[in-house]
Amino acid sequence: MKDKYDIIVVGAGPAGSITARTCAEGGLDVLLIEKRQEIGDPVRCAEGVSREGLKKHIEPDDRWIAAKVKGSKIIAPDGTEIRMSEDASSQKAGYTLERKVFDRALAQHAASAGAEVMVKTRASGLLHSNGAVNGIKAVYMGDTREIKADIIIGADGVESKVGKWGGIDTTMKPVDIESGAQFLVSNIEAGEYSKFYLGGEYAPGGYLWLFPKGKNTANVGLGILGSKSEKGMALLLLRKFIEKHMPQAKILEMVVGGVPVSGPIEKTATDGLLLVGDAARQSDPLTGGGIINAMDAGKIAGEVCIKAREAGDYSMKTLKEYEDRWRATIGKNMSASLKVKNMLLKFTDDQLNNLAHSLEGEDVSKMTLPALLKVLVIKNPRMLWELRY
Amino acid sequence: MSVNVNRLKCGYCGACVGVCPVGALELIETWIEVENTCTECGICVKICPVGSLEIL
Repeated sequence: MKDKYDIIVVGAGPAGSITARTCAEGGLDVLLIEKRQEIGDPVRCAEGVSREGLKKHIEPDDRWIAAKVKGSKIIAPDGTEIRMSEDASSQKAGYTLERKVFDRALAQHAASAGAEVMVKTRASGLLHSNGAVNGIKAVYMGDTREIKADIIIGADGVESKVGKWGGIDTTMKPVDIESGAQFLVSNIEAGEYSKFYLGGEYAPGGYLWLFPKGKNTANVGLGILGSKSEKGMALLLLRKFIEKHMPQAKILEMVVGGVPVSGPIEKTATDGLLLVGDAARQSDPLTGGGIINAMDAGKIAGEVCIKAREAGDYSMKTLKEYEDRWRATIGKNMSASLKVKNMLLKFTDDQLNNLAHSLEGEDVSKMTLPALLKVLVIKNPRMLWELRY
Repeated sequence: MSVNVNRLKCGYCGACVGVCPVGALELIETWIEVENTCTECGICVKICPVGSLEIL
């Protein structure tokens, strides 16, 4: 480890590793640090991604694809099923990842591109010069040292501190986060579709999911909106579901986590500092999906860092491009999702059932979520009204 | 003023850290540390997926 780099990336999840890889490929001197001793572990994720989103960043590899799914099924509170997101061309619309292997592969890509990687290394604060961020305090095996860099990337996840240290308020209100619990279960029929169960019985203000990880294994989990959650409720409701609907299931792994569902926050950059991924609260407020958004943001952040280096200017004058570009792309989709999330929160289980019934006789099986929502709006004009106000 | 973390229950996911309005919590590696700036607002207690936090 040197005492000066062009870029220091804090956190080796998808957002951090893609940022580090992009910067290193652009010839920048990069340090990628991870506080855990193992990259990718413990997992805090349901591991579902769309094939198209993933392919923008990395060639799909069977080493980290646990299962391929045909599409999605949304299940209304009364059991009505809506099949969607099927890919006509390939029969494989999405993947369930093995995050432990996937995250490590992404970090390895960054390393191959030239980034230095340090595990069991935690950022404990920022260094400043003339009001701008210009380094971090890093703790490695109990020793604290100062490392300088022109730009610091906060890719430090849901528990992000980097933004707060840099004067960016990333605190989520209870309504901005899903409290999640998940089991990797075996001895079940996983099926060929990702499943999303809606309704207050399963997950108040969220949903319950099943993502196949193989023929007889799946990630079964749920997220409860923070404002509707009580102490330990996520795990309690998950246990209840498993006991009732898959009593034969064996639990091989327990996963817990908080998923940002705030929609775009006000600020994700300041002089010498960018936030990416969950640290920037960039997960989708409706689905909770964060991997592809994190990778998209990491790519943009890396490209902007390269430009800043060329200009020799690490202030918001050049870093503003990061804000502009992610907001115009993933930010736009997040805002649309937030509107739908807020609308669905107002619906009773009966209203959700009626929405599902309104699709009877329609073939939506090839549609993506935004296209499906458009059909719902046409069939349910009142929903359009809700979305506008 | 403080909140107690049951380390035997905690899954060190960091959800509590993300919602703490005064930044009193930090996920170090596999454990949560609580600073004395905690106001006992109780938000983290409700967010924790496994119920590992309680106000003393």
